[in-house]
Amino acid sequence: MAASPASDHAAEHGLGHVLPVKTLAATFAALVALTLLTVFTGKMDLHGFDLAVALIIATIKATLVALIFMHLRWDRPFNGLVFLITILFVGMFLALTVTDRSQYERDIHRFDRAHPAEAPTGE
Amino acid sequence: MSQAKLAHHFESVEQQFDTAKLGMWIFLLTEIMFFSVLFVAYTVYRASHADAFQYASQFLDTNLGAANTLLLLLSSFTAAWAVRCAQLGQKRGLMLNLLVTVVCALGFMGIKYHEYSHKYHEGLLWGGARHSIFKADPAQVLPEMKHGHEGGGESVWESHHVETMDPALKKQVGIFFGIYFCLTGLHGIHVLVGIGVMLWLLWRASRDHFGPDNFTAVDLGALYWHLVDLIWIFLFPLLYLIS
Amino acid sequence: MTHAHDPSLNYLNCRKGLRSWLGTLDHKRIGVMYMWSIIASMILGGILAMLIRAELWAPNNGDPAQAVLSQDTYNQFFTLHGAIMIFLVIIPSIPAALGNFVLPMMLGAKDVAFPRINRLSYHLYLIGAALLVVSILTGGLDTGWTFYAPYSTTTETSVVVAVFGAFVLGFSSIFTGLNFIVTIHKMRPPGMGWFKMPLFLWALYATSIIQILATPVLGLALMLIAVERIMGVGIFNPELGGDPVLFQHLFWFYSHPAVYVMILPAMGVLSECFATFSRKHIFGYRFIAYSSIAIAIFSFIVWGHHMFVSGQSQLASVIFSALTFSVAIPSAIKVFNWVATMYKGSVSLDTPMLYALSVIWLFGIGGLTGLFLATLSTDIHLHDTYFVVAHFHFVMVGSALFSFLAGVHYWWPKMFGVMYREWPGRIACAVSFVGFNLTFIPQFLAGTHGMPRRYWDYHPMYEPYNKVSTIGAVILGLGLVWALVNLLRSFGSGRQAPANPWGAATLEWMTPSPAPPHNFDFAPAVGDPYDMDLVRYDESIDGYVPVRPHPDDPHIPLVEPAEQEDEQ
Repeated sequence: MAASPASDHAAEHGLGHVLPVKTLAATFAALVALTLLTVFTGKMDLHGFDLAVALIIATIKATLVALIFMHLRWDRPFNGLVFLITILFVGMFLALTVTDRSQYERDIHRFDRAHPAEAPTGE
Repeated sequence: MSQAKLAHHFESVEQQFDTAKLGMWIFLLTEIMFFSVLFVAYTVYRASHADAFQYASQFLDTNLGAANTLLLLLSSFTAAWAVRCAQLGQKRGLMLNLLVTVVCALGFMGIKYHEYSHKYHEGLLWGGARHSIFKADPAQVLPEMKHGHEGGGESVWESHHVETMDPALKKQVGIFFGIYFCLTGLHGIHVLVGIGVMLWLLWRASRDHFGPDNFTAVDLGALYWHLVDLIWIFLFPLLYLIS
Repeated sequence: MTHAHDPSLNYLNCRKGLRSWLGTLDHKRIGVMYMWSIIASMILGGILAMLIRAELWAPNNGDPAQAVLSQDTYNQFFTLHGAIMIFLVIIPSIPAALGNFVLPMMLGAKDVAFPRINRLSYHLYLIGAALLVVSILTGGLDTGWTFYAPYSTTTETSVVVAVFGAFVLGFSSIFTGLNFIVTIHKMRPPGMGWFKMPLFLWALYATSIIQILATPVLGLALMLIAVERIMGVGIFNPELGGDPVLFQHLFWFYSHPAVYVMILPAMGVLSECFATFSRKHIFGYRFIAYSSIAIAIFSFIVWGHHMFVSGQSQLASVIFSALTFSVAIPSAIKVFNWVATMYKGSVSLDTPMLYALSVIWLFGIGGLTGLFLATLSTDIHLHDTYFVVAHFHFVMVGSALFSFLAGVHYWWPKMFGVMYREWPGRIACAVSFVGFNLTFIPQFLAGTHGMPRRYWDYHPMYEPYNKVSTIGAVILGLGLVWALVNLLRSFGSGRQAPANPWGAATLEWMTPSPAPPHNFDFAPAVGDPYDMDLVRYDESIDGYVPVRPHPDDPHIPLVEPAEQEDEQ
C-alpha cells in the first residue's frame, strides 16, 4: 500500500483521483492534533479570543477534510465553487440576521424595563 | 469486478460519474443550508446571551465531546481510505474500512446516547422552567453534577444557586439546551442515515459491485460521511468549548 | 439511438396503465403528471378563493348571522388558499410541470440527469399534497401560509401535519432544482455553449439556484415549529426566552426567494413566447440571461422587507429597503427587452402570445407597486392591507399563473400532439385578463384606504371595492375554466399538431408532436435558439419546417458544417 507518486495522475484511472494512504494518514494525524489543541486552548483563558481561536482551528480542520478527504483539491473546480458559494450564502444569512438582532436587542430590554409586569414570567 | 452500467441518457461513463458527483455536491450544499438555520439561531442567542451560554456549556462533558470528535475523524479517515480501496479494486481493504467506519459511527451514537440519557436524568433539558434542572430538587442533583464535570472542587452550582437564579438566565439556559438538542439531534439523525449508507455499501462491496471503473456509490457515500464529520467539527467547539 | 422504430409510437402511447405512469422515469410523463396535479390543486385553491370572495361580498357588521362563513372557517380558508396556491400550484407550476417536460428536450437530451430523483420528487409532491389535505381534515390550519410563531406554536389547529407537508414539498422542490442544475451543467449537447441555451433554461437554472439554497432553510424552520409544538423547545417562544422575530428571519430567507421561484421561470416562458410570436431574434439575449442570475442572487438579500413592522431594527429595515430597490433593475431589463423584441417583429396574436402580452401589463403593475412596499415610509401605511394582497396577486397570479397558462398553451401541441382551438383560447385569455384586473385593482384602492387583510369583516365604506372585486373573481374564474375546457376539448376534436406549429427554433420543436419515447429519433444539431430563419411556414401542414432539412430527419434543420462536425 505504499504511496506512489504516479497515483497523482488522475488520468491513470479515468475517473477520480486516487489518494495515497500516506496523505490520508497524515491528514488524519493533523486533524487529531488540532482536536487536542482545541480542547487544550478551550481550557485556557484567552481573554475574549477563545471563540476566535476555536473557530479558526475548526475552520482549518474543515478545510483539511474538504480539500483532502473530500478530494476537492483534485476535483473539478466547479464542485469546489459550489461549496464556496454555500459558505458565502450562509455567511450572508448569518450576517444580516445577527446584525438585525443586535440592533433590536436594545428595544427588547427597553420594553422589559418599561413593563416589568408584562415581561414573560417563564411559566 | 463489475463494470459501471451506463444509463441510457448518458454518452459516456465519465459524463455519468461527473454528473453524479456534481449532484452529490449540490445535495451537500442543501445539507449545509439545512444546518445553517440552527447555526444562525445559535449565533443570535450566543451573541445576545454570552453569559448564559458560557454557564450552560459547563454542563456538557468536554472529554466525551472530544472522544466523539476523534471517533468521527477516524471514521472519516477510513471512509476516505475506503474510496481509495474501491478505486484500486481492493475488496478486502474496502470492506474493512467500511466496517471500521460503521463501528466508529456506532461508537459515536453510543456516546451520544450516554450523554443524552445523563442529561435526561438530571433534567438538563430544553424549555426553561418546564422541564429543566431548575424544577428538580437541587439537593439531589447537586452531588451528581459535582461528580459529572471537570473543574476541580468548585461547582458552578455553588456560584449560581438554583433558588436565587435570575429567571432570565434560567430561560436562556433552556434556550441553550434547546439548541444543543436540536443541533446534535439533527446531526445524530444524519449519523444514523450515514450508518445505513455504509452498511448498504458494505453489502454491495461484499457482492463485488465495486471496481476501478465503478466506485461512484462509495465515493458519494464517503462525501456524505465527510460532511457529517465537517458539521461536527464546528459543533464541538461551539457547544462544548465555551469558556 | 433508436433509429428504426415505429413512427406512431410516442411517449404517451408507448406504455399503458396507471402503473406505467406513476412508476415512470420519463421526464415528459412526470412533467405531464405534475401539470394535471397542479391543475387539480388550482381548482381546489380556486374554490377556496371563491368562498373567500363570497364572504367578502358584503360586510357582516360584526354579526356572524350575516356571514357566509364563520370566523374560524374564514381563517382556515384563506390559510389553505395561500398554502395550496403557493406550495402546490405556483412554486411547482412552471419548473416542475413545464420545466420537466421541456428542459431535456431543449438540450437535445433523452432525460434529466437523475430520472429516479425526478420520480421521487413527484412522489414527494403527492405525499406533501396528501399531508396538506390531512391537515384540513384533522382540524384545519389557521396560521396563514406564513406559520408565524408564536401563534403557530400555540394554536389548536393541526399545524404539525401541515408543516410536515410543506417540509416534504420542500424536498420535492429541492430535488427538481438539483436535477435541473446538474442537467444543464452536464448534459448540454456539444455545440451548445451557455450562451446558446434557450432563455427558458437560463431562467430554470436561476430558479434552481434559489430552490437548492433557500428551500432547506424553510424546511428546518418549519421543523423547528413542529419541534416546539411537540416537545416544547422554546427557540421561538418569548415565554421561554425565545425570539419570534427570528422565525420570521428564517421563514423569509426562504420565502422571499420563493417569490422568484415563481416569477423567474415565468419570465423564461415569456422570453420564448415573445421571440417565437414576433418571429424575430430575442433582443438583448445576454441581458436577459444575466438578469435571471442577478434576480436569483438579489433575491437572497432582500427578505427583511417583509418585516418592516415586525419589530425588526431600523438599521436592518433601511438596509433591506435599499437592497430591495435593486431587484427592480434586472426585472425592468427583462421587460424592456421583451418590448424591444416585438418592435418591428411580425407579431402574431396567438393564445400564448396574448397571455404573454397580458403579463407585461400585469407584471408592470405588480412590479411597480412592489416599489411602494419597498419604501419604508409608505410600507408602514400599506403593510397588512389589501394593497399588499393586490400586489402579490398581480405578481403571483397575474404574472406567474398567466405565464404558466402561456406556457401550457405554447407547449400543449408538443405534449399531446393536438391543437386546441385558437379563438376560444384567445377569448378565454381576454376574459381572464379583464376578470383579474377587476378583482385586484379595487383591492389596491381598498388597501390605500386602509382595509386590513385577513379580516373576516370590514367597514361598510369598503363595500363598493369588495363588490367589484367579487364580480371580477367570478369573471376570472369563468375565464380560467373556459381556457381549461378549450384545452380539454382538443383531445376530442383538435387537429393533429405539426412538429413545429409556432415556428420556434429551439430544439424541442425539432421532433414530432407528441415526442417519441426518447425525445429524438436523431440527435438534433445545435444552432442559435432564436434564429427564426432556420424554419419556414409550410401551408400543407399549417406548421413550420426547416428551410434546409437534415437528410436523416426532416424535422431537423441542417446547421453550419462547422457545428455539424462538433456534433458528430
